[in-house]
Amino acid sequence: MKVWQCIVCGFVYDEAKGLPEEGIAAGTRWEDIPADWSCPDCGVAKADFEMAEVAAVV
Amino acid sequence: MDPIVIVGSGLAGYGLARELRKLDREQPLAVVTADDGSAYSKPNLSNALAAGRTPQQLVNASAEAMAQQLGAAIRTHARVDTIDVPGRRLLLAGGGLRYSRLVLALGADPVRLPLGGAAAHEVLSVNDLADYTRLRGKLEGARRVAILGAGLIGCEFANDFAASGHAVDVIDIAPQPLGRLLPAEAGLAMREALSRAGVRWHLGRTVEAVEYAAAGLEIRFAGGERIGADVVVSAVGLRPRTQLAQSAGLAVNRGIVVDRSLETSAPGVYALGDCAEVEGHVLPFVMPIMHAARALAATLAGRPQRVSYPAMPVVVKTPALPTVVCPPAPDRGGAWTVTGDAQSLAARFLDADGAMLGFALTGGECGKRQAWTREMPPLLV
Repeated sequence: MKVWQCIVCGFVYDEAKGLPEEGIAAGTRWEDIPADWSCPDCGVAKADFEMAEVAAVV
Repeated sequence: MDPIVIVGSGLAGYGLARELRKLDREQPLAVVTADDGSAYSKPNLSNALAAGRTPQQLVNASAEAMAQQLGAAIRTHARVDTIDVPGRRLLLAGGGLRYSRLVLALGADPVRLPLGGAAAHEVLSVNDLADYTRLRGKLEGARRVAILGAGLIGCEFANDFAASGHAVDVIDIAPQPLGRLLPAEAGLAMREALSRAGVRWHLGRTVEAVEYAAAGLEIRFAGGERIGADVVVSAVGLRPRTQLAQSAGLAVNRGIVVDRSLETSAPGVYALGDCAEVEGHVLPFVMPIMHAARALAATLAGRPQRVSYPAMPVVVKTPALPTVVCPPAPDRGGAWTVTGDAQSLAARFLDADGAMLGFALTGGECGKRQAWTREMPPLLV
């Protein structure tokens, strides 16, 4: 499981937690999130996200 | 062919450049910036300390890397003196720069309180990465931090510094933190949550002066009471940078006045971000900047697009009490309806007909954000 961070606003996507309130189940890997998904905090496209330095391994 | 010139390398300037390059790799593009042109995310400045990130680690890309990524010429440490609007060129130290279209992404200046005292100039404002680097230097070995202002940035800094082991005092003339954004119940919950994190509040208080003390600094309130501090940070608001536009004869109100195409009163000159006023809205937040960047990028790429704003909730990054607020427009009448307890509040701002015009969520209720945002009317259709 990895952690991703939006380079624009700092929003963190943690694969282990998912985003249940947006219909993305816990454990959803980054590559399985639709390409048209955008950051819930600032609206940037998925392509503008970057891998955060913290990358936990299960 | 003269380039599109963007003045400013913050989230608005680089955000626009990035969006433009998704649509158009051909038009020449130049970015002029007063700082070193590092790309970084400004919202991270108020939560980097507890996260253990140094200022240098906040840099996503250097000016050189951005120039390559964007296919743009980037002029760093360059301040624009004047805009020659009829001649379509900027005047700056070292000569002129002609533009085909000009975009002002100048940002905002921190508001400075009129403070007395011999140490008033020691009060730090944090508006960019260079300011933040200076602050982090001062925080090394400092124990006591005083923050002037209990708004969004003041609360985020307070949480970040307290979580990093500093003794934090927060001072505001208002009776509650986040008074302009949150209903009283949520403001109280924020106050209590940050108190538990170690923050000491001085609300309803006015600072008169900052003096040098035997050790560190001393803040003097109206009425005479004093508290000590090693570092004093001011976070009392932002004022759009309008001077350059004004001296060039562009229409200016609170911000640089633009229409829905983000065009100023001068054809071919645009503005976005914290310096711009879009149909009366000055919104110094990330989400409106990104909406404006996408619309303006399309316009500059030859597909004219007006900006529209959906309801745009603002995240208050206070781990002690996660909070999301979608403030009602200032001119809308209504009242807050609050449910839940201090750790988990859900507040709706309702008009006389029961329509939701704003909301605030704290703690466990933050998960309602997406659903409630969908119920909100757009800000600009």
